[in-house]
Amino acid sequence: MKDAFGDVQRVLVLGGTSDIAQAIVRRLVARRTRRIVLACRRPDGAEAFAAEMRAAGATVDLVAFDADDIAGQPAVLDDAWTRLEDVDVVVLAFAVLGSQPVFDDDPSAAAAAVHTNMTASVAAGLWVAGRLRHQGHGTLVVLSSVAGERVRRANLVYGATKAGLDGFAQGLGDSLAGSGAGVMVVRPGFVATKMTAGMKAAPFATTPDAVAEAVTRGLARGAHTVWAPGVLRWVFAALRHLPRPLWRRMPA
Amino acid sequence: MADVRLLAGWGRTAPSGAHLVAIGGADDVVRAARSAGPRGVLARGLGRSYGDAAQNAGGAVLDMTGPPAGALRVAADGTLRAPAGTTIDAVLRATLPQGWFVPVTPGTRQVTLGGAMAADIHGKNHHGHGSFGGHVTSAELVTGEGERRTISPVGDARAFWATVGGLGLTGAVTEMTVRLLPVETSRMVVDTERLDDLDALMAAMERADARRPYSVAWIDLMARGRHLGRSVLTAGDHAPRAALGDAAGGPLAFDPSVRLGAPPWAPSHLLNALTVRAFNEVWFRAAPRHRRDEVQGMASFFHPLDGVKNWNRLYGARGLVQHQTVVPFGQEATLRTMIERLAGAGVPSFVAVLKRFGAASPAPLSFPLPGWTLALDMPAGRAGLADLLDELDRLVVAAGGRVYLAKDSRVDPALVPTMYPRLDEWRAVRRELDPHGRWCSDLARRIGLLDRCERPPAARIGSPGRPA
Repeated sequence: MKDAFGDVQRVLVLGGTSDIAQAIVRRLVARRTRRIVLACRRPDGAEAFAAEMRAAGATVDLVAFDADDIAGQPAVLDDAWTRLEDVDVVVLAFAVLGSQPVFDDDPSAAAAAVHTNMTASVAAGLWVAGRLRHQGHGTLVVLSSVAGERVRRANLVYGATKAGLDGFAQGLGDSLAGSGAGVMVVRPGFVATKMTAGMKAAPFATTPDAVAEAVTRGLARGAHTVWAPGVLRWVFAALRHLPRPLWRRMPA
Repeated sequence: MADVRLLAGWGRTAPSGAHLVAIGGADDVVRAARSAGPRGVLARGLGRSYGDAAQNAGGAVLDMTGPPAGALRVAADGTLRAPAGTTIDAVLRATLPQGWFVPVTPGTRQVTLGGAMAADIHGKNHHGHGSFGGHVTSAELVTGEGERRTISPVGDARAFWATVGGLGLTGAVTEMTVRLLPVETSRMVVDTERLDDLDALMAAMERADARRPYSVAWIDLMARGRHLGRSVLTAGDHAPRAALGDAAGGPLAFDPSVRLGAPPWAPSHLLNALTVRAFNEVWFRAAPRHRRDEVQGMASFFHPLDGVKNWNRLYGARGLVQHQTVVPFGQEATLRTMIERLAGAGVPSFVAVLKRFGAASPAPLSFPLPGWTLALDMPAGRAGLADLLDELDRLVVAAGGRVYLAKDSRVDPALVPTMYPRLDEWRAVRRELDPHGRWCSDLARRIGLLDRCERPPAARIGSPGRPA
């Protein structure tokens, strides 16, 4: 259960190899979290992290989870839920970034990215929201992105999936109002992770741990939206009104 | 199924959704217990527990305050039989004019008898009269099987003492008999003393407790250095008829009223270090250095907070945390360290309360033990508070003390078995009373009081997204 300070005890991560998700879990375990299920496409990729969390005093289960397999999702999610019995936080962290030039040449690769980032996320999000509503408490943390706040041509497919996911997550949160459960939408800027390795950092670049800190603070105050870093909220309040001719000249 | 309602404790910190079921009588409780879903069922009174003791996320919560108590008549032997949803306010309004007072009252009259028993509450008279459960002579308990069982300290004593302080997890009490206290008047005679530091306070409290059945000290936790522990001690007794002269409305008149209401919202930082420091300063200076035998009304002596309706809202959207601990006598050094840490951290605690406890109850989960109890309210949104309270808890545990579970909203579950060494004994009785684990609460889930709250998936009803 969540306590008076927003510290939580049982956490399910969908996309357990995500650097941001791991940073969140690391911070939660430093407080009250003691039971974790990491659902990953390749569980062995999260072994080292699981060992680190076990050493920190948590019980960690690694389960194989292929989010793209929509029909197979419920069985894995149900198994994870049964292991935890009661779930305070679900972090929806699986996503692919892809490369726009590759998508331009191979639209089917773009469709696959949309399937993962949007279709599979919607399916998992709805399943989780149903369970949280039934439970009467719990928060679904959805890792969105400022890329979805206003789509740039440099990563338009990724940005479009995050725009869709962000809108879905906001509506899902509203649908849970009054149930005791909720959704928190997280909009990080450029985060230095293995997903973005080799890319040039954008202005206001941040780290997984800084995002994790914003997330845990958001959980404490029951926020429905978290920006990381926080200043991006105001930056994008301006950028979203930039005239299109200027916006399309934004550097890649 | 009843409507889903968002329920919180008095601190308004971690609300959860539950199916609220109106209870009209014991039959309704039996029905609710037997039809409990996988998330279980829990009785709730007026929701004055600060934390999540009266919440049950996703399960059923029984609103016990529904049926009016009807005429409350004190029996010839000075006992009162009443439904568990009866409030102490209702009891006092009915019995005080007949010359009877409740054996134990907390700082508010807005609690139910059932809640008083489930939390095994204490009052300013704990050093002489003990906690509430010791004055209950009999109760009707609806068990996990939906059986109506009469429990008392002489018949079914194990079930009785597991239910006293049992936080509603052994079942729901529907009715109880309480031994009342005969009084000559509805007034108090009160001694007030202003103390400049902690040593003076502790010495004065010991003296006061030997002389008066009721005592409590209000400490200024923002005062440091040589003023550390400066406080106002009040001690009193029921006024004899002779002390009153021609009292308005007669010697047993009792008609307290709510004078003020807190606004429905308040900025989150209204109660900050500055405002609380200023308040504490005024309140300390305004107290008389030493005054004896002042006649006061019952309400102003026992229930000062009832004068302001919904005062918890003054803490803003983030709510408040109440932290109450006890350390045994002989561990005064720990008490001092705790007060030093609080004062040093500048946590804005509105008048904290210090009180000496007397003998412990036979109930395994009852909070009081002979020693010093310190209670403080703090804004939950205060940065660093979570770590500070964890640090205080470790000091308390090392000194052989504990936190008050009925008020808790944030204790480290790992410390609970050490704080309550008879937890396993209580669990064993609970298993007998509720073999299927139907009675459950958010508090029980959070601090791991039960072996298991959630029942096997086979019992799930209408769960979404199950594989076909």
